Amino acid sequence: MGTAPAALLDARHIEKHFGGVAALADVSLTIRRNEIYGLIGPNGAGKTTLFNVLTGLYEPDGGRFEFDGIDLIGLKPHRVVGYGIARTFQNIRLFGNMSALENVMVGRHVRTHAGALGAILRGWRTMAEESAIHRRARELLDYVGIERHSHVLSRNLSYGDQRRLEIARALATEPKLLALDEPAAGMNATETADLRRLLIKIRDQGVTILLIEHDVKLVMGLCDRVAVLDYGKKIAEGQPAAVKNDPEVIRAYLGGALP
Amino acid sequence: MIDALARMWRHPAAIWVGVVLVAAALLVLPFVLASVGTAWVRITNLAILFIFLSLGLNIVVGFAGLLDLGYIAFYAVGAYTYALLASPHFGLHLPFWVILPIGAALACLFGVLLGAPTLKLRGDYLAIVTLGFGEIVRIFLNNLSQPVNLTNGPQGVTLIDPFTIGNFSFARSETFLGLTFSGPIKYYYLLMLVLLAVIVINLRLENSRIGRAWIAIREDEVAAQAMGINTRNIKLLAFAMGASFGGIAGGMFSAMQGFISPESFVVVESIMVLSMVVLGGMGNIGGVVIGALLLSFVPEVLRYTVEPVQRAVFGRMLIEPEVIRMLLFGLALVLMMLYRPAGIWPSKTRKREFAEQE
Repeated sequence: MGTAPAALLDARHIEKHFGGVAALADVSLTIRRNEIYGLIGPNGAGKTTLFNVLTGLYEPDGGRFEFDGIDLIGLKPHRVVGYGIARTFQNIRLFGNMSALENVMVGRHVRTHAGALGAILRGWRTMAEESAIHRRARELLDYVGIERHSHVLSRNLSYGDQRRLEIARALATEPKLLALDEPAAGMNATETADLRRLLIKIRDQGVTILLIEHDVKLVMGLCDRVAVLDYGKKIAEGQPAAVKNDPEVIRAYLGGALP
Repeated sequence: MIDALARMWRHPAAIWVGVVLVAAALLVLPFVLASVGTAWVRITNLAILFIFLSLGLNIVVGFAGLLDLGYIAFYAVGAYTYALLASPHFGLHLPFWVILPIGAALACLFGVLLGAPTLKLRGDYLAIVTLGFGEIVRIFLNNLSQPVNLTNGPQGVTLIDPFTIGNFSFARSETFLGLTFSGPIKYYYLLMLVLLAVIVINLRLENSRIGRAWIAIREDEVAAQAMGINTRNIKLLAFAMGASFGGIAGGMFSAMQGFISPESFVVVESIMVLSMVVLGGMGNIGGVVIGALLLSFVPEVLRYTVEPVQRAVFGRMLIEPEVIRMLLFGLALVLMMLYRPAGIWPSKTRKREFAEQE
């Protein structure tokens, strides 16, 4: 892969309007391989909209982005996953009436092939694939630390465990980029510390992470680079320490009180 | 004591003994029923057909969560396919093993025809469109006697061939080893074989990549897409598979009855099949089988008991059996929704939920 571009994700001039509101106005950002890239900003700044554009849920009104050298604009979400962008949701979206294990097994869908006929005939190929799905799902539950709950219905899991399960399910799709929408929301200090360790572990295994987060302390301590969105515009980007002291960022967060 | 029993029950040998006992009971059943009256064998056969239908609909409603109120249309497509290709109506008499796959394929095609335009609809809206679809098919069957007489209209198709293999006819009564195998008894065994296959297919589908994708769509469509599930194709597959089951059941219905008319495929039949699925336990194959059996047999039992009981108690008949049937049916549904909203035998995920709480 000597020819692989240095940036994993290269988004340029992304625009997205809802009616007259510009949710994203000319947003450009590049995410490098193997970094944890933070995306922060006040409520309604367009963070989740950007997420939805990158994962195929919304088609942008303008701009383009390349992921790993491939143009993914206009692809449906289920295709985007195939190219290696997996996501979690701000308001957890697990398959509530499926067990934790089954949730992760669904995550293997995009990397497996058995069809209806295979399922009915149960040839050796299908059976081998099925047991591989099962094995991998167990490994991932173990990896995020909730293997003891593998047969619990996901809606009965504790909040922190549901967040972990969503990450395990996303990892099951073998992503190159893992996009997490506020994974620490509603977590207590211990859970946040655990999450932090988990994210570093995932990054160290070669998965790039895009992180939307409100917990500024977590973002500043964890991310290699940070971008700040405000009213659909990117107002700062760079190392956490520099971004933190950017007057524009302070203004956005404190509401224009500072000149 | 109960623990010991439970442990014994989990022993693999006990399971096999159980299977053998059930199989033996099912083998003897038609002769027991026939000694009461041949009508009961026919009723049982129809009940088995309704199990097929419920299992087919369970794929669409129970697994994929798509509310389909026009399911009986696929049954109609299968039934008319068989009737038109094996009756004097067109003078065609193709063998059943040729027609059944054609019927299944046609029903499958209709499933896709219904599914494709309705993919974006959910819940109530989908229910309304499917309801309309079911009626459209029935009205077509009713009116396609002109300009070309395709379906023979409301008179229906008569003298439909029974299943035959060489000289062996499923309609003829035969005596073998001192036992009389009447037509319905022969069909019973055939239906049992097909039922076994249908149940195995359903169980395998449920515990597969495709089955998990259906359930994932039911639980959360957006999250399912984010897992790489092509929700359009997987939903269409659910419609197509469910419809093919209906098509096969329809073909068998045609052959068993020897006569069909559009009246057998009215909306109430769709609702009935849906009630079987819901009553038994949506998404759980065992529950669906029980639901279908209950709703097939209880009305028949009532039909034979309501009148004598009333005559014995009041000396005359006060309420028509048909009225009591519908009253009890309504009451049962209301009680179910109040006390067991997940069905008589809910799907295993529900069961697991109870286990977690211990």
